[in-house]
Amino acid sequence: MSKTEEIVNGVLAGNKRSIAKAITAIENCTDESPELIAKLFPHTGKAHVIGITGAGGSGKSTLIEKIVREYRSRGKTVGVVAVDPTSPFSGGAFLGDRIRMQELSADEGVFIRSMATRNYAGGIARATKDAAKVLDAAGKDIVIVETVGAGQSEVEIIKVAKTIIVVHAPGLGDEIQAIKAGIMEIADIFVVNKADRENANKAVIDIECNLQLGSKQVAWKPPVLKTIAITGEGVRELVDKIEEHRCFLEGNTERRIALLKNRAEAELVEAIKEKAADALIDELRRKGKLDELLQRILEKKIDPTSAAEKVLKETLKNDRT
Amino acid sequence: MQSKRKIRVLIAKPGLDSHDRGAKVVARALRDAGMEVIYTGLRQTPQQIVETALQEDVDVIGLSILSGAHKTLFPRIMELLKKQDLTDVMVFAGGIVPEEDVPELKKLGIKEIFGPGTTTDAIIQYIRDNLPKRD
Repeated sequence: MSKTEEIVNGVLAGNKRSIAKAITAIENCTDESPELIAKLFPHTGKAHVIGITGAGGSGKSTLIEKIVREYRSRGKTVGVVAVDPTSPFSGGAFLGDRIRMQELSADEGVFIRSMATRNYAGGIARATKDAAKVLDAAGKDIVIVETVGAGQSEVEIIKVAKTIIVVHAPGLGDEIQAIKAGIMEIADIFVVNKADRENANKAVIDIECNLQLGSKQVAWKPPVLKTIAITGEGVRELVDKIEEHRCFLEGNTERRIALLKNRAEAELVEAIKEKAADALIDELRRKGKLDELLQRILEKKIDPTSAAEKVLKETLKNDRT
Repeated sequence: MQSKRKIRVLIAKPGLDSHDRGAKVVARALRDAGMEVIYTGLRQTPQQIVETALQEDVDVIGLSILSGAHKTLFPRIMELLKKQDLTDVMVFAGGIVPEEDVPELKKLGIKEIFGPGTTTDAIIQYIRDNLPKRD
């Protein structure tokens, strides 16, 4: 049996070491990772993937710890992928989400993995999605993906989820602007955490107003819930709401299929973009043409978009000869 | 495909010692050196540390301890690492560890002890020079 097959079998059996190794292979884009994903993919689709995003300081990690406990008390196993930004300067990352969840380390039914964005444009969404697939294939009932809601790639990451939750906390400074437009449109549940704080009710009303403004006829009206993650208040209701959303998705076959199809298309397009870009740039480098092109861009003889067009045209032309 | 491998380090504070400034300084320095640092906060049990190392598939574990409980906690941690088949992970320690305890700890498998006054550069270089080859 090859090492890859060993890991695949281990993941399907729920073995923690195999799960960890599989996610590492995916993060590092090893030569074995495409085969790993290919073999695990048919075993995915059973887990309910929940995306949780929100500005730093909103109490996401504390809330997730409580959500995991609630699901565990309902007899479900849970996987958590916590994503934190990689420093664009050093390439390193400080992954501290586990601090709030460390008591869960003792629980055999919980697997937590911290991932850094690693600044490969768009690629983090793929790596996170694939990590979620590993946990799904490993038999976890629930997979939670946590990210900081700042920037376009976070919107992409969160699209791996079937239920998307946005967490906000009063007094974070920029109130509703903290919830970026892209996320606002795809969120299924809003949570105002630290609800014991002064402006909690105002925050709830602000979000509800924003939702009204954008609303057309929607089958699922995103509710705005209040929680106090530190005490666990409101968490049971939140999990009930997640389950309600899951039932809504399952009950509405047409909508569910449309959603899955959209997501599959988005993922396919991303994957093609990533591979095509890698292949074309590698080709340029190999032929020694990259520097030449960069020089022409610096001399303002050609703009980057036209340069890309040129590269593509030449590659396609070469393929036809 | 271009390998995008990063060095993953777990910085852990075992036991009841709540002096975490050193651990945080090292964690930040390693991050600034391009590594991915998982910091799990205070009051970690040996079990939590080993479980984290397993799930996060780390290359290196840095144990920070200033409470004097290293002779109790470190053997337990090394034992659990062995049990989980994680002996290929590099383990180093820092904080307050008396000179006379160092040989015993190294015998357990702890590769190096970085006492007070160690520069973060020295730790970074040590990790880079001694990074274990793992699959």
